[in-house]
Amino acid sequence: MSNSTEDLITINLNGKDVEVPNRMNLVDAAEMHGVEIPHYCYHSKLSVAGNCRMCLIEMGTPGRDRATGDPMLNEDGSAKIMWVPKPVIACATNVSPGMHVNTESETVKSCREGVMEFLLVNHPLDCPICDQAGECRLQEFSTDYGRGYSRFIEEKNVKPKRTRIGPRVMLDDERCILCSRCVRFADEVIEDHVLGFVDRGSYSTLTTFPGKELDSNYSLNTVDICPVGALTSTDFRFKMRVWFLRETPSIDAESSVGCNTLVGSREGKIYRITPRQNDEVNDTWMPDSGRELYKAVESKDRMDRYAIEGRPVSADEALARAAELLQDGMVAIVGSAKLALEEQFLLAKIREAICSDIPAYWVSHYAEGDGKLLSADRTPNLRGGLLSGFSDSLPVTDLSDLGAKIDSGEITTVLAVGEKICAAGLTDEQLKKAKVIYAGEELCSTSEFAEVEIPLLTVFEKSGTFVNQQFRVQKFTQAIPGPSGVLFGLSNFTKLHHHLDADSPYAPSPAAIWQHMAEAVPEFAGMTFNGIPATGSVVSSDRFAELDFVDGPSIHFQPKNASVEA
Amino acid sequence: MTKDLSQMTFPKASTPHPKELRIILANAEREDFDASLDCYTRNGGYDVLKKALSMKPEEVHQEVLDSGIRGRGGAGFPAGMKWKFLDRKSGKPIYLICNADESEPGTFKDRQIMHKDPHQLIEGMMITAYAINAAQAFIYIREEMPYGAQILDQAIAEAKAAGFVGDNIGGSGYSCELIVHRGAAAYICGEETGLIESLEGKRAYPRIKPPYFPAALGLYMCPTIVNNVETLCHVKHIVERGGKAYSEIGTPNNSGTRIWCLSGHVVRPGYYELETGKVTYGELINDIGGGLRSGRSLQAVIPGGSSSKIWRAGERFSGKLRNGTEFDWAIDDIPLDFDSPAAAGSMSGSGAVIVIDDSADIVEVLANINEFYAHESCGQCTPCREGSLWMKKITHRMANGGARPEDAQLLASIGDQIAGKTICAHGEACAWPTQSFINKFEDKFVAKADDKSPEPKSEFQMV
Repeated sequence: MSNSTEDLITINLNGKDVEVPNRMNLVDAAEMHGVEIPHYCYHSKLSVAGNCRMCLIEMGTPGRDRATGDPMLNEDGSAKIMWVPKPVIACATNVSPGMHVNTESETVKSCREGVMEFLLVNHPLDCPICDQAGECRLQEFSTDYGRGYSRFIEEKNVKPKRTRIGPRVMLDDERCILCSRCVRFADEVIEDHVLGFVDRGSYSTLTTFPGKELDSNYSLNTVDICPVGALTSTDFRFKMRVWFLRETPSIDAESSVGCNTLVGSREGKIYRITPRQNDEVNDTWMPDSGRELYKAVESKDRMDRYAIEGRPVSADEALARAAELLQDGMVAIVGSAKLALEEQFLLAKIREAICSDIPAYWVSHYAEGDGKLLSADRTPNLRGGLLSGFSDSLPVTDLSDLGAKIDSGEITTVLAVGEKICAAGLTDEQLKKAKVIYAGEELCSTSEFAEVEIPLLTVFEKSGTFVNQQFRVQKFTQAIPGPSGVLFGLSNFTKLHHHLDADSPYAPSPAAIWQHMAEAVPEFAGMTFNGIPATGSVVSSDRFAELDFVDGPSIHFQPKNASVEA
Repeated sequence: MTKDLSQMTFPKASTPHPKELRIILANAEREDFDASLDCYTRNGGYDVLKKALSMKPEEVHQEVLDSGIRGRGGAGFPAGMKWKFLDRKSGKPIYLICNADESEPGTFKDRQIMHKDPHQLIEGMMITAYAINAAQAFIYIREEMPYGAQILDQAIAEAKAAGFVGDNIGGSGYSCELIVHRGAAAYICGEETGLIESLEGKRAYPRIKPPYFPAALGLYMCPTIVNNVETLCHVKHIVERGGKAYSEIGTPNNSGTRIWCLSGHVVRPGYYELETGKVTYGELINDIGGGLRSGRSLQAVIPGGSSSKIWRAGERFSGKLRNGTEFDWAIDDIPLDFDSPAAAGSMSGSGAVIVIDDSADIVEVLANINEFYAHESCGQCTPCREGSLWMKKITHRMANGGARPEDAQLLASIGDQIAGKTICAHGEACAWPTQSFINKFEDKFVAKADDKSPEPKSEFQMV
């Protein structure tokens, strides 16, 4: 959807002149002005199929004299509108100057009633047991545009009810309205030609090609774009009525793409994660893998208590002990590109409070990128680590340098925050030799050897920001409370800083930290946490132009220097 | 399926009825004429192609424009005008497709041409290809005509060997290959954009128009002309006689001859080539077709293929033609052309005249037609997909003793919800029979509610 102002034209929408971008799809153009043109098959990110016929409207364009090419005029001098004799589909209509559109006429009303009736005659109407109920276009449009009663007394068609079309997607063909959104998504977005229709007429049935299944890491997007309950997620199926879900804007933390998401939760429990539209980042898509991340919240390995030498203690005891160790020893800090920007900033301040010269490490998490919405950099906030001042170089692949310093006795104390250092090249002996303060979400061998254990909140349990591969600062919002007993928000960090510096100015909220960051970080000058829009703000990357980031291309990102790609 | 063609014979129509004028069928129906190139050239075959190649393509096109010939496939759109719409600025190759997917129930003319006189079609196609500068030509033939495909393949091979198809046709420097492609048995492949999709190897889902008008974005998104078998054959005769001379056959705006397929309750059903507009429905049914069976009276006529709107016996049609002539017709008076059936509220369509006498139960007739269109709906767009099957279910219930008085209006309303709201004309094709049957026979559809017996009422089984 382009919002460029230079190419605005005027169309007449239901008798009112409105300005819209030239050539814009009529469905989107009407929506810009608050006029809903109901549709099923049209999706702004897919090709136009024009098959549902729900968006039929009346349309006309200014007439031109065939012989002279001059505009035809009414008696009053206004342009003579040549109305198309039949209703046309809005989704296959691009606006043009002077176009007249009527979405409210009796013809349009009867078209919508007709299509709604047709869509329902063979639909099972099993809303009470359908996961889509509550966010179903059939329900919504039949309420808004349908007749409200049925004239159908024949037997309905019978089709397959529970077809597994992929490891994560279940198909109910009776509910399918054959809009072909999923087929087009598979063909056009993931270029995995696995879906198609068999049989014809009203017996048409969605299915996978023989021997194939919808096993792409993007398969669940078909569930999102299915306007009805035909495609459902095997993970979410039958778990929760959608109207009970509270949807919280969040960010997919699995890679530096930073897909915008919505976290659906009820009473402190997350039930699903779906993509949130951001036309500059992820359009309306996200990987399946990112939708499973909520499972970390209730993981059996979740670290949900503070401990000293394995003995559960209060948060204050643990943080006081940590501060003692940090003040006594030869300290190295291991941070993480998985932490929130505010956490990284506070960690940098903690380092300053101990001694600016102590070594700081962070570890890279690279894997193969898919060129779509999963980049090679599998951390959400590498740019944040740079901007916050935690590090001025890219993460290291392993901690062998730190290991050598532990071996030599140069380092006696390690503060590891958000990083399982056991998995980054440190041996058990080294972990035993050094005094380790481990702050993390999950139990692991690092926590086993740690002198002090500090539990951290997952991305779903805190608010903050990540900076994605485009240097776009994106907010995520707390969806559910953290485990009881774990300090809220940024308190672990601010309290530890306070233990190290009695004059610590930091309050444990992102908004408070942003006041400090806006002063300390030139790229953030003038920004506030609350002022960051839902789709994020891009900040300057000039200071880091020399760094060879490892990302690979994604849908809306091209690396500057393709030759350094992994 | 391959047969030894030399062993195959196709029965020839008897000597022409005095009211017939055979141009397309002139050779095809001769007992001494066969499908071989040898026989064709002995009868002057490919001379017209040679003549065309000596002209400029634009000149050939002009002859076709002058002839006023209208498409014989169903819509009756002027063929020369269609060619004019070709997008020649794109620089993309131009394709010519012969629509040989003759599938409209009641239509059986193209198969006669292809079986008996395939070279006439090939010659017509190569002239057309030359006129529009096609880079490649196709014949899309329906699956149910395996012999037609085989005959055409053989004829093309012969023509190619003789230099009438392929490289440097007739030494003119113009080259064009011709390929026969067999469909897979679907009515919708006769819709030109559905045909194009099918030819591309996809499901025959008709394309949305705009933007996919074949003349600009046709086969492989290149400019494409799709013409009916009979139309392409006429091109040969237009070039042979000259467009102006050809236009004098028939009546103004309805030039040439046309092959009409007469079926149903008549004594001599068959295909008859008539001078367009010079013979009436009454003459076709009663004289040429031998009239109804004795003791039977006319109930209705479907004038142009099963999708066209039905006429009820005894109806009168009056009004003014486009040229200002006033008319007041009974069915028998309506001229067999393009404009007159349209003026009488229906269409000449594919030229298939279906006669229904009083032995048929009209509800069962509609149930039969609805069965066809529900089966042939491609399923792409909602109104046709759901509406056609719903109408079929209703008419079958009615035919089987389950009719309700309100079904007539329900059917009409469903038809109204389909026609004009679909991607392709199959919406109209499935809605028009229902709409017109209810319009003309509402009394019989309402009265059907009194008939609680599930037994079929028609003399010939229809449901």
